[in-house]
Amino acid sequence: MASDIKLAEAPPSYDGAGFSATSFDKIIGLARANSLWPLPFATSCCGIEFMSTMASHYDLARFGSERPSFSPRQADMLLVAGTIAKKMGPILKQVYLQMAEPRWVIAIGACASSGGIFDTYSVLQGIDRIIPVDVYVPGCPPRPEQILDGVMQVQELAKNESLRRRNTEEYTKLLNSYSIQ
Amino acid sequence: MYLCKYAVRRTEHNAHSIVPMVFVVTFAVLFSANSMNTTYVPADYLPVLIQLGLVLGFIVTTMIVTHNIGPKRNSQKKDDPFECGIPVQGDARTPISIKYFLIAILFVIFDVEVIFLYPWAVNFKGLGVAGFVEMILFMGLLLAGFYYIIRKGVLKWE
Repeated sequence: MASDIKLAEAPPSYDGAGFSATSFDKIIGLARANSLWPLPFATSCCGIEFMSTMASHYDLARFGSERPSFSPRQADMLLVAGTIAKKMGPILKQVYLQMAEPRWVIAIGACASSGGIFDTYSVLQGIDRIIPVDVYVPGCPPRPEQILDGVMQVQELAKNESLRRRNTEEYTKLLNSYSIQ
Repeated sequence: MYLCKYAVRRTEHNAHSIVPMVFVVTFAVLFSANSMNTTYVPADYLPVLIQLGLVLGFIVTTMIVTHNIGPKRNSQKKDDPFECGIPVQGDARTPISIKYFLIAILFVIFDVEVIFLYPWAVNFKGLGVAGFVEMILFMGLLLAGFYYIIRKGVLKWE
């Protein structure tokens, strides 16, 4: 039974008798990538696909996203699944602002990524108009496998992110372009 | 020894109980020493002070370090209470009717009762008459309590 459990791959390190030395970047990246707590922000049919992704068959918990967080305070990864109407925009932005750094965002489905088929006056043409997005998952709606692939892409981002990235001028500039201080 | 074990196990669950744990451990050590030595001088309590200093130092250092090394972004909106993204109404620290608390506690009691019923039902045949009588006793006690809270009018919600 125990042999069925696959452990996260350890980063390259300098090993000796009884110790293993590696850089902070890598070890923190490893921890972050394998404990991404998702905050589902589901508004329509993509949300139904996300429910399936969370449930036992596709089992998002395999990737360390064991605990869907319904408060932004402890969440690391905002999953926006569904059409975001313009009236919903400020609410989404507020939820994003209340997440603690470091935070990642996945736009699940065509609507969250670009407005999808709803090219109308009332629908936000992609959530990247109001918050920065890390990964876009295409599909209308995407299958759970695609959502899992999106989560794995965020894992890659988290694993390889420099610890200083969130303090860099570049990142501040990116947030300022969304008028986030 | 038992006290020490208990205290150490407690800390695994709750980091806030480090201070009481240290006191329990230290006093357990002192008591065991005093059973042999009936006279003690203030200097005997030095280990307590050292432990206290270590504990306070550890807590303060950890708090300062963790508050400073992580990435952080504060703003007025970040610090608002979370109300699913909509504008905040009032303060988060408002008094709440005691009725909610009573209902919640009663729910927990009867919820646990139902949790006990499941393994009992699965092993019903294996436990035999003895298990049945024990469960009747258990249910009887809880139902007596249920009768009591109904008579007291706890579940009345006007």
